[in-house]
Amino acid sequence: MATETLTGAQALIRSLELLGVDTVFGLPGGAILPTYDPLMDSKKLRHILVRHEQGAGHAAEGYAAASGRVGVCIATSGPGATNLVTAIADAHMDSVPMLAITGQVNSFAIGTDAFQEADIVGITMPITKHSFLVTRAEDIPGVVAAAYEIATTGRPGPVLIDFAKDAQNGKFEFSWPPKIDLPGFKPITDPHGKQVQAAAELILKSHKPILYVGGGVIRAEASNELLALAELLHAPVTTTLMARGAFPDSHPQHLGMPGMHGTVPAVTALQKSDLLITLGARFDDRVTGDIKSFAKGAKVIHVDIDPAEIGKIRHADVPIVGDAKVVILMLIAELKAQMKNSKPDYEDWWVFLNGLKERYPLGYSETEDGKLSPQYVIQRIGELSGPEAIFAAGVGQHQMWSAQFIKYERPNSWLNSGGLGTMGYAVPAAMGAKVAQPDRLVWAIDGDGCFQMTNQELATCTINNIPIKVAIINNSSLGMVRQWQTLFYNSRYSNTDLNTGTDTIMVPDFVKLGEAYGCLAIRVEKIEDVDAAIKLAMETNDRPVVIDFIVGRDAMVWPMVPSGISNDAVQYARDAAPIWDGDE
Amino acid sequence: MTTQHVLSLLVENKPGILTRVAALFARRGYNIESLAVGTTEIEGVSRITVVVSLDGLPLEQVTKQLNKLINVLKIVELEEETSVARDHMLVKVRTDSSTRSQVLEAVTLFRARVIDVVSDAVVIEVTGNTAKCQAFLKVLEPFGIKELVQSGAIAVSRGSKSMSEKVLR
Repeated sequence: MATETLTGAQALIRSLELLGVDTVFGLPGGAILPTYDPLMDSKKLRHILVRHEQGAGHAAEGYAAASGRVGVCIATSGPGATNLVTAIADAHMDSVPMLAITGQVNSFAIGTDAFQEADIVGITMPITKHSFLVTRAEDIPGVVAAAYEIATTGRPGPVLIDFAKDAQNGKFEFSWPPKIDLPGFKPITDPHGKQVQAAAELILKSHKPILYVGGGVIRAEASNELLALAELLHAPVTTTLMARGAFPDSHPQHLGMPGMHGTVPAVTALQKSDLLITLGARFDDRVTGDIKSFAKGAKVIHVDIDPAEIGKIRHADVPIVGDAKVVILMLIAELKAQMKNSKPDYEDWWVFLNGLKERYPLGYSETEDGKLSPQYVIQRIGELSGPEAIFAAGVGQHQMWSAQFIKYERPNSWLNSGGLGTMGYAVPAAMGAKVAQPDRLVWAIDGDGCFQMTNQELATCTINNIPIKVAIINNSSLGMVRQWQTLFYNSRYSNTDLNTGTDTIMVPDFVKLGEAYGCLAIRVEKIEDVDAAIKLAMETNDRPVVIDFIVGRDAMVWPMVPSGISNDAVQYARDAAPIWDGDE
Repeated sequence: MTTQHVLSLLVENKPGILTRVAALFARRGYNIESLAVGTTEIEGVSRITVVVSLDGLPLEQVTKQLNKLINVLKIVELEEETSVARDHMLVKVRTDSSTRSQVLEAVTLFRARVIDVVSDAVVIEVTGNTAKCQAFLKVLEPFGIKELVQSGAIAVSRGSKSMSEKVLR
């Protein structure tokens, strides 16, 4: 094999190029300087200089979530590396394929409390799929290729590689491809045929099944297969927060999102079902509520690529370990064969479900203070932008409303921090998504609290010509926390007032802030101005756009199941539980 | 009531592997009763024997989580009936001329060995299953145990099959 003498740093850049990486988000510093030098000459790698390493991490996540490709972020040792920690944890919870590259002090100085030294491999052990410390230049190609394989194979996730400075500087004979030595890494993608057969039998015996669809279906790129399965069975579908877009919202079989802020039809269908066909979902507490009373009458088929998810929270009657796409295709074939003898009949089930859909559609009431309804603003953003756009949200009320009131028709169009619930995700994630999918309209729908955590990346967007649109749903408070204080703490608003509304001292003034960052920034307070503002944002592509939507602060997210109690207690609106039929 | 289980792990001998394994137990609040680590007949492969008090679901969950660790090659639970397990213990016992013979008698009964003697103490080495070692300690206790150090249990399956078969692809 032909070799070439390279430094470790050159080998790192070359390895990334050969793996097909085209973009890295990062910020240099002492221990990663050797790598930044050859990075400057790379024709294949676009480096985007962020303003904070957390932004690099979320941008890598947004890039990955929007495109399905690996997101790469890069930081120096010590504080650079620790600033990546939140984004790495976020990627770990939401199964985002990510490579986190960090510089480390010289290998001989490791463990001496050297300047900007932090044990980032140790710190990130519980929040990465795997991590490597590289102390020799010649190990670099093999480790980078192994890290890439781990991040992308099986259940995706973040992998961190920590490069000692002397490993970056050392010279060796580079050759490609390297030997990938991972004897303990054997993810199962092909399911057991017998299990698929058992699942099909259970489905055809059931009377009230529901397809409980999680983010795994999006990661497995199995949306088309899911649609075929759902239509073959004519079974209802619910898509979790992580799976919004995995199944078209416009489809009549879609009941909406389940869980704490799920639709009444979705929450109730799960509770009343006799069979949960679980595809790449993990029975998160925000979906199940009190687990003991969750879907008590239902048997469970649980399909997941990660065996550790199966049976973790809820016993699976038919466990299937495998890739969602492969499993669904096999299940369809098996069902077709079995359906020659018995066709499923879910007529009564649909009568019940359609009744719920009719009686309990998603809705909201106007605000009492005369300010904009946040739900209206978000709904109009969705309607005017259309399903080809990408929507990234922060965490809190605006995130839930975005999950509820924007209609998603395709996978990878909805990006959010589902598992970790990271405020500050939206702006950098939208930036990463726009880089990955430059032809798409990309919105960051953010709260006034979230926006203040990572808005410095607007500088990155302006300077690098990444024209994202930011809609701040400004209720001048930490809205979701405030909602809980209203409901559960006698309206005692401890430390949730942010003073960003028009009737406050407005610190900061988001319009001035946006302008300072080179954005087109406007404020919208009246309902008649909403559409025009959204259209202006959509037409403006020479710089990022910030719209400060001043909304009522008392608007709440409904429906709601209070934390830790049974999903049977879902409230449609405050103090308004759904009325059930006589058969309760 | 939980029972003790012996898990045997074949792992790549890579830095941090012990931390990764131990952290999985710690994260879920499971106590490790004993832990023994050493190299094996295959170069680069180490074997970790963990004894845990866990039952049913948590045990299954922790096994699955351990399997997810990239450096873990294989895990088996070694059942009492189909495997042999041994603890190794060094005990420093207070003795004087009046008690020494009684201590030595206990050593003989338990097929232990004295490996160091001074005027006021002996160091005893004993190997056996956990029950035997505990019984021996009980006998020694009245004389005064000055120091006790024990290895974690190590265990191997009975029969000719080896855990490392078909481990490396």
